[in-house]
Amino acid sequence: MIAALICVISVAAFLQFFISYSRSIIAAYRKSELSEQVREVVGIEGQEVNSDQFGRLVQLVRLCPQKGDDRTDLKVVGVYYWMMGVVRSAARQLAPRITSWAERERAGCAYFVAVALDRRIAYSRDLLAQQMSDR
Amino acid sequence: MLGPFDYVLVLLGLLTEAYVVVRLCLAENFLRYFSLNIYMLGVVGVTIGQDFVLLKFGVSSPLYAYVYYYTDALLTISLFFVIMSFYHQVFRQMSVGKYVRWASVLLLSGTALLSYLIVRRMPNHHLTSRFVVEMSQNLYFVGVVLTYLLWGAVVKLRETRTRLIQLVLALGIFFSADAAGYALRNLFPALEPSFLKWVPPMAGLFLPLAWAYTFTKISEDARLETARVALPRMAAHQHS
Repeated sequence: MIAALICVISVAAFLQFFISYSRSIIAAYRKSELSEQVREVVGIEGQEVNSDQFGRLVQLVRLCPQKGDDRTDLKVVGVYYWMMGVVRSAARQLAPRITSWAERERAGCAYFVAVALDRRIAYSRDLLAQQMSDR
Repeated sequence: MLGPFDYVLVLLGLLTEAYVVVRLCLAENFLRYFSLNIYMLGVVGVTIGQDFVLLKFGVSSPLYAYVYYYTDALLTISLFFVIMSFYHQVFRQMSVGKYVRWASVLLLSGTALLSYLIVRRMPNHHLTSRFVVEMSQNLYFVGVVLTYLLWGAVVKLRETRTRLIQLVLALGIFFSADAAGYALRNLFPALEPSFLKWVPPMAGLFLPLAWAYTFTKISEDARLETARVALPRMAAHQHS
């Protein structure tokens, strides 16, 4: 009985801590604005990114040379995006408010990847410029 | 017998723990995060000691079981001091350091008393597998409660230091994953060999990795609104 109670409370606490941890990583990227170039490449209008673009953005990020400092962030956010997908699907019939919250979170994850892509494109451009100047 | 994956986890954990201590020393932050550093050094020492006993006596020997579970319990208790140091940081501006110190003493006494009562209840004082699983589950659960209260204080007091926020949240993930893992082992012992045996090493690796990430990427001056991080209901309490 005590073990079952501890299990339920711990799983609930784990979910809450994990969600907040993921949001703390995403929040750091929220402050960055997307460049015109990345919006053109991805086909984004304004500063909002559609949550469904997450997969495509991740593929584009993988094509860019790694700067090396965002791999862990991308993994954590990927797990969080998947988790919010599960929440959205599970709550669709029962709680529309939770569904829309999960959708906003997924859009936040997509925005995060768009910013990561933006940074990697800028990094690639710098690398190219450096190589050209070395020649 | 341990497999290559176990050794990779152990090695990666050791390197990350050493990295955290070296990083904090180089940044002249050893004393600022004193209990965290002591915990990390403790984990390094305990891991080396456990591996020595493992190689000498084997994974199925009773001595290895004693060393593994008792050192793990000691490390968990030492992690309570890390939580207390975070409490101290959160409440520093309110000048309640004296109360935090008293709370630490009470907590340690309470944990010691509880452990004594549990051991006294056990017939022949034997380290049965059920006893150690129950003890670990209870210790980790105390950690979950303490970290959850700390997180509540962080949200309520609108703490904005990103480093502190991430350190606390990583600790919460570690404690809750371990407590849930041990509780599930207690409930469904059959799941242990296939799945649950991986929970403690994975959680044990996550904590130093997350802390290493925080100390490497997040500067001491970085700030973050807790309302952006906390779940909507907690954030609503913050504004009330």
